[in-house]
Amino acid sequence: MDIRVDTVRKEFSHYPALNDVSLDIRSSELIALLGPSGSGKTTLLRLIAGLEMPTAGRIFFGDEDASSKTVQERNVGFVFQAYALFRNMTVLDNISFGLKVRPRSTRPPKAEIRRRAMELLDLVQLSGLEKRFPQQLSGGQRQRVALARALAIEPRVLLLDEPFGALDAQVRKELRKWLREIHDRTGHTTVFVTHDQEEALELADRLVVMSQGKIEQVGTPDDVYDRPNSPFVFSFIGESSSMPVTVENHELWVGGRAIGLPAPNDAVGEANLFFRPHDVELVEDGAALAGVVAASRRVGGTRRVELEIGGNPNRVEIDLPFDHPAGEKTRIAFRPKRWRVFPQA
Amino acid sequence: MFEPDVIYDSRRVILPTDHTRPTTERPWVRRLLIGIAVVFMAAVLVLPLVLVFTEAFRKGAETYFSAFADRQSQQAILLTLLVAAIAVPLNLVFGVAAAWCVAKYEFWGKSFLTTLIDLPFSVSPVVSGMVYVLLFGAQSVLHPLLKAYNIEIIFAVPGIVLATIFVTFPFIARELIPLMQDQGNTDEEAALSLGATGWQTFTRVTLPNIKWGLLYGVLLCNARAMGEFGAVSVVSGHIRGKTTTMPLDIEILYNEYNFAAAFAVASLLAMLALVTLVFKTILEYRFGDELAGTRRH
Amino acid sequence: MAGAPRGASRNPSHPARAGWSFVKPSVIPGFGLTFGYTILYLSLIVLIPIAGLFLKAATTPLEQIIKIATSPRTLKALEVSFGSSLIAALVNVVFGIIVAWVLVRYKFPGRRLLDAIVDLPFALPTAVAGIALSTLYAPKGWVGSLFSDKGPLWQWWHGQTWLPFGLSEFSLNFKIAYTPTGIVIALIFIGLPFVVRTVQPVLEEFEQELEEAAATLGANRWQTITSVILPRLTPALLTGFALAFARAVGEYGSVIFIAGNLPNISEIAPVLIVIKLEEFDQAGAAVIAGIMLVIAFVMLLVINLIQAWARRRFGNV
Repeated sequence: MDIRVDTVRKEFSHYPALNDVSLDIRSSELIALLGPSGSGKTTLLRLIAGLEMPTAGRIFFGDEDASSKTVQERNVGFVFQAYALFRNMTVLDNISFGLKVRPRSTRPPKAEIRRRAMELLDLVQLSGLEKRFPQQLSGGQRQRVALARALAIEPRVLLLDEPFGALDAQVRKELRKWLREIHDRTGHTTVFVTHDQEEALELADRLVVMSQGKIEQVGTPDDVYDRPNSPFVFSFIGESSSMPVTVENHELWVGGRAIGLPAPNDAVGEANLFFRPHDVELVEDGAALAGVVAASRRVGGTRRVELEIGGNPNRVEIDLPFDHPAGEKTRIAFRPKRWRVFPQA
Repeated sequence: MFEPDVIYDSRRVILPTDHTRPTTERPWVRRLLIGIAVVFMAAVLVLPLVLVFTEAFRKGAETYFSAFADRQSQQAILLTLLVAAIAVPLNLVFGVAAAWCVAKYEFWGKSFLTTLIDLPFSVSPVVSGMVYVLLFGAQSVLHPLLKAYNIEIIFAVPGIVLATIFVTFPFIARELIPLMQDQGNTDEEAALSLGATGWQTFTRVTLPNIKWGLLYGVLLCNARAMGEFGAVSVVSGHIRGKTTTMPLDIEILYNEYNFAAAFAVASLLAMLALVTLVFKTILEYRFGDELAGTRRH
Repeated sequence: MAGAPRGASRNPSHPARAGWSFVKPSVIPGFGLTFGYTILYLSLIVLIPIAGLFLKAATTPLEQIIKIATSPRTLKALEVSFGSSLIAALVNVVFGIIVAWVLVRYKFPGRRLLDAIVDLPFALPTAVAGIALSTLYAPKGWVGSLFSDKGPLWQWWHGQTWLPFGLSEFSLNFKIAYTPTGIVIALIFIGLPFVVRTVQPVLEEFEQELEEAAATLGANRWQTITSVILPRLTPALLTGFALAFARAVGEYGSVIFIAGNLPNISEIAPVLIVIKLEEFDQAGAAVIAGIMLVIAFVMLLVINLIQAWARRRFGNV
């Protein structure tokens, strides 16, 4: 099921939580809404579900305008951050709830409901636990029940709000892989919200990076990581270093010296240079960024070096292999291998 | 993120799609339920209160105030104040001691002890008064002894005080126990580790932490102490001007068909109730976090 | 310490107190003082007097106990007490949910005031409530007159010419005060806050996500309320019911004025106790009080069991 979000705006007591957002979600893709808290990602997810109604704009499920449909009519599978399992029902009752509450005309017979719930229980690898109550399950198991419950209604789209947020690191990794498998097997269009970029990069077909109620960038994980289109995306996704530079003569300058980075298409004037700390090469001579080592510490297999460049108080970080001889030096000259320049606001 | 206020504002302009919000009811259902609640509360709770004041002033302010010129009513007021002035402080000391030992320690039979402390709440007021009649009354084994020393308890002020203490017994303890349990022992342990004595720890650390809860308990305890009827009625003997508290005075006046006077005295107690409610609401509103939750009896 | 038995060294930080101890060792001082005082005061004020009551009841000859307990007047008084308490508590459960729901879920002018008024029965002395309710529901009172013979309701009813033959002749005449109905009214007044105040916090803490989850699964509002919200309120409702019921059974002050206290009709058990005491029939009073106390104990036990069960069943997820 394709989903089209068309210039949707959402205000909460006149404060815009979403600012004219448009987004196309393709059928069967696994797409992540990624952003810091307050970026509007959960609001967008809840608008798609119909848990909130947009102040303006439309939401299409396929060709059908779903904007004015209630959440019950939209038939979406929603997995809540804290799972929202019904404590007064067993695992089996939780999973079959969505089928049991259907109007009599579309409700499957009892035996069929049970069969389908058991099948889903099997899919989420919890067979044998159908008589348990939610509070007798571990966090990971609850997550699986929540997913099975959402899948039971044969949703047109699966929406997950911070699905792994409440789990510890080990379980989170396992479930991540497992969610990908389930998605590949069932082929549901799936949207999930996360603030964890690693999760988004690993799991999603495409990422939607959001900030302050707007979409900053949409693309595959590689796209977003390799070609961030704004300073926000560059610094939000992955490690980044940045420093002020000047663009002149189609070249970048720092403190009146060219640093050996061409800038053929950038506007002349003050700008910010962004690069990845690990994506640099050390330079013995020639134009480069040269700085005094202000601090250096080993982080696992790499050595992170903080450099002061041209008396700029904001230090720039680069990564070296932890046993690199340059780690002992007091001055280091380097050039980013890949970089982006954004004009200063 | 999502909307912070869970409460749905029915005065807000309702958008055409607003009724489709999944976690509220349609506007007409909301209005109907609010209507039922308001009408029910008005009929059952507010109307009697309003009636007390209208009946008290039915024959004019003069009749109203003349009710308090009556010596026997004046004595009833004084006795009520006296009884509360004895019962409340005693239960206050007990409440703090009981809360301290229940909340700060783990000991064998603790939950049984808390059940016993709650016991007077589940005993009929009539029975609360009656136990003292059995203990000290004319037919009890203690009676000859009391008589020999000329001690009067039943049909006298001491009996009234005892019965009042009994019915208001759990109020303060019950307010403080959950509060102090929630607060834990860390503050006291910190104070002790800094060299404070036990008494200093109590007065400078524990007491400031529980002061609002304590006040809350005192408020409720006092309201009940001044208003207790059943227990006091059994032990009092209804000797007008001697052993009648305000509630008993109301009963006597009412049964003598002196309604204006009965409601005049009642209006004083109703005022006390209103003041109690106002203070209680202010305390809950201002210091809700420092009280033991919103459930109370 | 060398000779200490091995089993006693469970708590190495307090070797001197090792083994079973009445109180778990604590650095906080004052246990002996506060515990001792609590027990002393509790015993003097509550335990010894209550023990005296049971002693009195127990020293009464068995046949006399049975005679008192099974006398028609006693049985009827107990029936009136428990019956009207049951009805009042049920009414309070129904309206208590509605009031709690409205207070927690909706915002409307006067909500805070309404919330404060709920506690009125806790603060208003029972005698005041008693004379007020009695005056209000008497045949000439504000409410009582509406329902009385030839009152507005009666007038309206008899003016309905469209009613099928005979129906309008059916006398619509309710006497409230001085009947068992009056008792129920007074007990509703007394018990309402118990239900509201036990349901309210549970409703306040209810996670909205659960309702949203039910909605995404296709449940309509009614299905969500009945299958998701109400089951979670059940323990609180049962507790509120039990508290209101227990309070109603023992209630005296607010009932005696409105009840009329007619033997075998509107005489509640506490009134019968007072009458027995006034007749110097202490044994009779003690037996009835004993029965009521035992039932109160059972209610207390039931409340605790409900709460323990609810904690187990609905413990935090």
